Amino acid sequence: MRYVKPESFEAAATLLRDETGISRILAGGTDVLVQLKAEMVEPDLMVDLKHLPGMREIVAEDGGFRIGAAVSGAQLGEHDAVKAMWPGVVEGVELIGSSQVQSRATMAGNLCTGSPAGDAVPAMVTAEAVARVQGPDGVRDVPVIDIPTGPGKNSLNKGEFITSIYLPARPAHAGDCYLRFIPRTEMDIAVSSAAVSLTLDEEGTVTDARIAIGAVAPTVRLVKDAGAALVGAKPDDAAIAAMVRAVEAACSPITDKRGTIEFRTKTAGVLAKRAALIAYGRAGGQL
Amino acid sequence: MAFDAQPTRKFNVVGTRVTRPDGVDKVTGKAAYGADISAPGMLHGRILRSPHAHARIVSIDTSEAEKLAGVKAVVTGADLAMPEDADFADVAINCLARDKALYDGHAVAAVAATSKAIAKQAIRLIKVEYDPLPHVTDVDAAMKPDAPVVQEGRALENVPAGMSQNVTTYCKFGHGDLDAGFAKADKIIERSFKTAATHQGYIEPQACMASLGNDGRGEVWCCTQGQYMVRANCAAALGVEESQLRITASEIGGGFGGKTSTFIEPVALALSRKSGKPVKIVMTRDEVLKATGPTISSSMDIKIGMTKDGRITAARGELRYSGGAYPNFTVEMGAQAAFAAYDLEAVETIGWNAMTNRPKEIPYRAPGAPTAIYAVESVVDELCQELGLDPLDVRLMNAADKGTLSSYGPTFNDIGLVATLEAAKAHPHYTAPLSENQGRGLSCGFWFNFGGNTCVSLNINDDGTVGVVEGNPDIGGSRASISMMAAEELGVPYDKVRTVIADTSSLGFNDITDGSRVTFAVGLATIEAARAAIKEMCRRVAKIWDIDEDAVIWEDGCAKPAGPNAGTHPPMTLAEIAAIAGNTGGPIAGHHEVNADGAGVSFGVHLCDTEVDPETGAVKILRYTVFQDAGKAVHPDYVEGQMQGGAVQGIGWALNEEYIYGEDGRLQNAAFLDYRIPVASDLPPIETVILEIPNPGHPYGVRGVGETPIVPPLAAIANAVSRAANVRLTELPMSPPRVLKAITG
Ligand SMILES: Cc1cc2nc3c(=O)[nH]c(=O)nc-3n(C[C@H](O)[C@H](O)[C@H](O)COP(=O)(O)OP(=O)(O)OC[C@H]3O[C@@H](n4cnc5c(N)ncnc54)[C@H](O)[C@@H]3O)c2cc1C
Repeated sequence: MRYVKPESFEAAATLLRDETGISRILAGGTDVLVQLKAEMVEPDLMVDLKHLPGMREIVAEDGGFRIGAAVSGAQLGEHDAVKAMWPGVVEGVELIGSSQVQSRATMAGNLCTGSPAGDAVPAMVTAEAVARVQGPDGVRDVPVIDIPTGPGKNSLNKGEFITSIYLPARPAHAGDCYLRFIPRTEMDIAVSSAAVSLTLDEEGTVTDARIAIGAVAPTVRLVKDAGAALVGAKPDDAAIAAMVRAVEAACSPITDKRGTIEFRTKTAGVLAKRAALIAYGRAGGQL
Repeated sequence: MAFDAQPTRKFNVVGTRVTRPDGVDKVTGKAAYGADISAPGMLHGRILRSPHAHARIVSIDTSEAEKLAGVKAVVTGADLAMPEDADFADVAINCLARDKALYDGHAVAAVAATSKAIAKQAIRLIKVEYDPLPHVTDVDAAMKPDAPVVQEGRALENVPAGMSQNVTTYCKFGHGDLDAGFAKADKIIERSFKTAATHQGYIEPQACMASLGNDGRGEVWCCTQGQYMVRANCAAALGVEESQLRITASEIGGGFGGKTSTFIEPVALALSRKSGKPVKIVMTRDEVLKATGPTISSSMDIKIGMTKDGRITAARGELRYSGGAYPNFTVEMGAQAAFAAYDLEAVETIGWNAMTNRPKEIPYRAPGAPTAIYAVESVVDELCQELGLDPLDVRLMNAADKGTLSSYGPTFNDIGLVATLEAAKAHPHYTAPLSENQGRGLSCGFWFNFGGNTCVSLNINDDGTVGVVEGNPDIGGSRASISMMAAEELGVPYDKVRTVIADTSSLGFNDITDGSRVTFAVGLATIEAARAAIKEMCRRVAKIWDIDEDAVIWEDGCAKPAGPNAGTHPPMTLAEIAAIAGNTGGPIAGHHEVNADGAGVSFGVHLCDTEVDPETGAVKILRYTVFQDAGKAVHPDYVEGQMQGGAVQGIGWALNEEYIYGEDGRLQNAAFLDYRIPVASDLPPIETVILEIPNPGHPYGVRGVGETPIVPPLAAIANAVSRAANVRLTELPMSPPRVLKAITG
């Protein structure tokens, strides 16, 4: 196994493109090093990008924030402005692991690892976050929702990697929230999860709603019908019930050691309901 | 040895909270655990394990592995002896399989190489041809007459004919007329329960370093609860004499019963014998979960009859345990413990063990009792609910006490159950208000406790300090407690005494650190050894003073004249006597060897409040209080630690821990992500109340405290959850999907 710290993004892209064996990018290493130790994968090439310009920085851009792909959960959690704007995104990232894991783990790593249960992903999806992707042929911007393609898989081409994730500006009267269900209180993997991002008008009527669910399908799902069920009213019992039905209909989980189909479906709806009410409160809405 | 006839004895050291002797080493990383021991020229061992739940091993081709540069030895089951004794043979076969792989993870071959990386590569070059066989992992399925047979011809003679060959053990305990008893009941409840196998979850994986020469002499350093047990198992598996093996126990990172057998030491010795080099083996967590010993899994039926005012009229239990792929007797302890807390006119408990394609069960704190008592205490709680009775009053009304003919035969001596129940009733926890979706549960717990074979040497050093040499690895603070008892008896300060754990060649045989025996039995032997040393010191002083031996007494750490007739000699301190021992007859020591009886059974009562989320089935433990009779708490911090630790492990067992097998018979969760022991944030502070009802069998009244606290949590939590969720839960663990399913139907 070779460990390389390339001098530039371009050099990294070329290196990754030309590697004939298995390659991995080393961000926090909290997935990749664990897989190495468990002998699940033995990469021929490990590319460390953390030292490259901007990788560990959070910068304001067009009213939103550009977050370097190597920014750790702990670093993000200490950034008051991002937290104030996208509390749901930050709480998703901060749920990952423990304090030790937080000091290393990144949201880009969480996204690229391709776990349907990744805690950083659903709220990035409802925030309409965009990943900046560097490749051998240049740079492109890809909506976060289009990155994971299935368990352990992503849509990046050979030689491509993420350099930053952009969280757009948030309109007035808006709020988001992320909740997950785990059997323990921490150090666990989501059995189901839900992120909700709401925008309200002056009266507290929902004008825009995005709802994403995790761990209940091969990838995180943005449930358009669920969002639509909340738009045009306050999230009263009827609206919430319609939203929960849409969420449950969008679930296609598996039964495994972590939970049954019924359990995952039911709890995804419960979490979406609870997250919607919290997001509504954060947006300044009152029931 | 009896309780000292000095009920008003004032202890100076015993009962205080002195600094633990191993604390600094452990928090600074200096303590040497199993994997910390290395030797020059040492090789790294690695074990190849079966991917099949059950398979005939057709052939093992090790030639490619042997050819790899850096590989110094490859061994299979054929490199171990086949001991005649069935128990030793089972251990050896479990260390390296012979004709069959009996479970997913069963060791089939091992290599020793100059690096870990080469050992890993070599393992992949071993070719094993398997002929997969049908498997069975569920105890009820294994008992069916047509179930796949795990091992043939292993049933004990009293197992009725016509059952599956997997059924190896049958037992029956009890007394009285059941039919008459049930006829007197106003309400009878009969329920079936199931519990999953759980693992001890010690933080330190098994590790050893072993060396065995052509001359048949060997050394093993390993993390174990019993170096003499390791010696016996290794001697049998290697076909060498015990005198030729010296086993040294390392510092131990948790055991809880799980380190009372051997898995890797015979393999490392076989690799060493073949390679001529020391060999180290360190298990991974995956190996620990797959191939060391979890508890039994169980299926149980309990039937109890009660009058409307709460008197139990009859009780019957049938327990079906599986101790994995080998014959197992844990069910006998479960069957004996099931109804031990009750004074019953008619009671019967029947137990069965059935083999399954799972790893060999190894004891876990109070083996067999937590599951049986979970089932019994669940039914008692449901009867209380149905009859509208207070669950503590019902237990008090039926509690076993001194003179009770126990459900398993013996008549109880002084026991602390009633006092423990009364303490629970008087505690503010019992009457604290509860809110919606919350419930309070309670359970009694019982454990036999054990004494056993014990040797202690106590040396009076020439500088007036004291060295205690004992043979039981310290898994719960025993070095502190033993030093305290020596200091107490000798009348010297605690910090003048150091207790060390001997290797097998330095002290006579000791039973394993198990059965909550060490503070009781080693403590008792230490007190006797101290008394022997005191006697000798008095004899020496009598010589100096030129008076009768009987005229010298020992008081406050000094030899003194017994009375005015003995003359007016100034007291001599232990240090003064030690300094001139060479002139009075040579070094001074005391020792004691005993097979200790009178361990004294132990009872506990746990109270637990839970809140159940009716939409997700999630259970939160809100409040938890442990009441337990310790006889005499030598070091209260450690006693509380045992009570809290048992409760925590019980919480894990009750809520989330389980061995999950797939259709293919393979273990699906051999890692701490999906084998869920509780994390700190899952737990409330565990309150403790220690009671001290002296054990008549120990000079200071000590009872073992290490195992009882894991017995009540399963039922205490199940009862709390059942009351909070308004539905009776009958299967462990009560994981959220299971609880939600029970609620939503
Ligand atoms: C104890 C523990 C607890 C955990 N708990 C949680 C949890 O609660 N929730 C959760 O979701 N996860 C959890 N995880 C998993 C892991 O911590 C997260 O997925 C984390 O976000 C991964 O980020 P990382 O920076 O460490 O990724 P790495 O391990 O460095 O990389 C992960 C993968 O992403 C790829 N990658 C990394 N960065 C890039 C990039 N910039 N461009 C392209 N590909 C890239 C790598 O090639 C690799 O395949 C836990 C892990 C541990 C060890």
